[in-house]
Amino acid sequence: MSYFVNEKGYYGDFGGAYIPEMLYPNVEELRNSYLKIIADENFQKEFHELLKDYVGRPSPLYLAKRLSQKYNANIFLKREDLNHTGAHKINNTIGQILLAERLGKKRIIAETGAGQHGVATATVCALRGLECVVYMGEIDIKRQAPNVARMKMLGAKVVPATSGSKTLKDATNEAMRDWINNPVDTHYIIGSVVGPHPYPDMVAIFQSIISEETKKQLLEQTGSDQPDYVLACVGGGSNAMGMFYHFLADEKVKLVAVEAAGKGVDSGHSAATTALGKEGVLHGSRSILMQTPDGQVVEPYSVSAGLDYPGIGPQHAHLFKSGRGEYVSVTDDESLQAGLLLTQLEGIIPAIESAHALAYLEKMKFTSHENVVVCLSGRGDKDMDTYMKYFDL
Amino acid sequence: MNRINKLFQEKKNILSIYYTAGYPGLNDTLKIAEELELAGADLLEIGFPYSDPVADGPVIQASSKEALDAGMTLQLLFGQLKELRKTVNIPVLLMGYVNPMLQYGVDNFCKSCAEVGVDGCIVPDLPMVEYEELYMDVFKKHGLTNIFLVTPQTSDERIRKIDGLTTGFIYLLSSSATTGQNLQVSDQTEAYFSRIAAMKLDHPTMIGFGISSGETFDKACKFANGGIIGSAFVKSLDPQDLKGSVHRFVEKIRG
Ligand SMILES: Cc1ncc(COP(=O)(O)O)c(C=O)c1O
Repeated sequence: MSYFVNEKGYYGDFGGAYIPEMLYPNVEELRNSYLKIIADENFQKEFHELLKDYVGRPSPLYLAKRLSQKYNANIFLKREDLNHTGAHKINNTIGQILLAERLGKKRIIAETGAGQHGVATATVCALRGLECVVYMGEIDIKRQAPNVARMKMLGAKVVPATSGSKTLKDATNEAMRDWINNPVDTHYIIGSVVGPHPYPDMVAIFQSIISEETKKQLLEQTGSDQPDYVLACVGGGSNAMGMFYHFLADEKVKLVAVEAAGKGVDSGHSAATTALGKEGVLHGSRSILMQTPDGQVVEPYSVSAGLDYPGIGPQHAHLFKSGRGEYVSVTDDESLQAGLLLTQLEGIIPAIESAHALAYLEKMKFTSHENVVVCLSGRGDKDMDTYMKYFDL
Repeated sequence: MNRINKLFQEKKNILSIYYTAGYPGLNDTLKIAEELELAGADLLEIGFPYSDPVADGPVIQASSKEALDAGMTLQLLFGQLKELRKTVNIPVLLMGYVNPMLQYGVDNFCKSCAEVGVDGCIVPDLPMVEYEELYMDVFKKHGLTNIFLVTPQTSDERIRKIDGLTTGFIYLLSSSATTGQNLQVSDQTEAYFSRIAAMKLDHPTMIGFGISSGETFDKACKFANGGIIGSAFVKSLDPQDLKGSVHRFVEKIRG
């Protein structure tokens, strides 16, 4: 079975480009050019130079010894938190800004939840001198204030999304509306492996650097480039897809995707998409999403703004349905505790998103000496307010 | 001959009105249809609301949200339209996003449309390829037409394809925009409308998005078979005087 996109833009039953005609020329332009542009030698050179000298790649693969002892396995952390701007999101925005330049676009728009993708977009726009507008849910603007300030300082205009649940889903709607109204000079940098084809594939390609490096680093450190398990959290699914990408074809490597259960899968306050969702169309692709029987999108909930999204990317829907990936979830409480545990055992404060992946270690049974890679997608600076309130620090 | 083709054969300067089912009152759907026909509208587009209407501006976002909050569903809408053809004779289209339709089941949806006497659909986020490969036969089986949108950025080749796929009319967007903005006919828009006219398409055209007044409607009629009004009508609805507000609006447009 293929886990990659086919020529029609589908992964099994999922994907496609369910967009209004107003977006068709833009999406078609991307579809026709993205692979050619990315494969270009000059693009590759510039992309890899920036990843190295600006982002600080390769990010370390760190064997977390005290965590390994606790769980009786070799636990490696892929340190995306050490990237410039503090998360994996910048791998994608570097790629897309270079692509936007080659398409002759002058104006960049983006949506953001936690603010990490917004910051990563504002950063590359400052770097390349392009106009930047970031849509962010009104509620997220309040709970991620430091990132809002960073975006503003970087010169981006932050526009509150005031419709619907006022979170990531609505910010995405507003960004799409902006793109409809600015069809010629604007490029939309989507922040995850969601949206109409070719976005899920394009973002996955840019994030695949995570597993590309991991394989090399594992080989150096363990003598084998094949781990037993790979874990990552899933909002839309970009850090997970980057972490899974070069392991997809190797069925011996078990892929574990951790969703946000919020206050519990059945609590009515959750973002566990595969547990609660059904097949449908959201933001331009056919995937799995949380919805009412009438097909209205349900407002998700998670303590973590980056995972507070009612869908997952179409490639994840395919991995889930085909059984290639195991899709699980952990609650707010479990992830905050896992965040504290990592901090105290290893001296690393993780983003609450990434803490979801760590929290699932608690529920796994290892038979010792298994090699486990966890994608530490981001650092916890932006979440200090939440940690402080929760742990009364 | 079906109601849509007949209308375009018999009339010029066609006025099509969009409104959201279940707004301003949950049970106003049929009443508005009846009053619109009496007031002189030629064609109706009844919107079935969706939680994430990306192609819509603030007015239709708000009417959709109110309708959903009041309890509107596709099931309920088909119930409200059960007696449609007892009182309404003009063609009626349903307009909405693809996800509610998928959950209802496309075959079921088309069957329900045919049963209540709906003539066709406009589903902006249903792509042409998926329509052709997966759903066209279902639409045809139930005698429904599917209306496609065209923007100034749509290529001639794609417009020809749309002309070949539709059985009703072609919906020309005055510009690439979300609903509810003002139509400004610049030299560029005029060139675009003239380009379409020169293509001598098999199907009639209607201009929509941004028509809000008699003056903008007249402009649409100059370049196409008529105009479509949505946001301006929805905004004008007065829940205290539904009938009066519908009639006043149509009179204002017709002049
Ligand atoms: C640190 C971090 N991890 C994960 C995510 C979730 O996104 P994705 O599922 O696309 O990796 C976010 C989103 O903001 C994030 O900031």
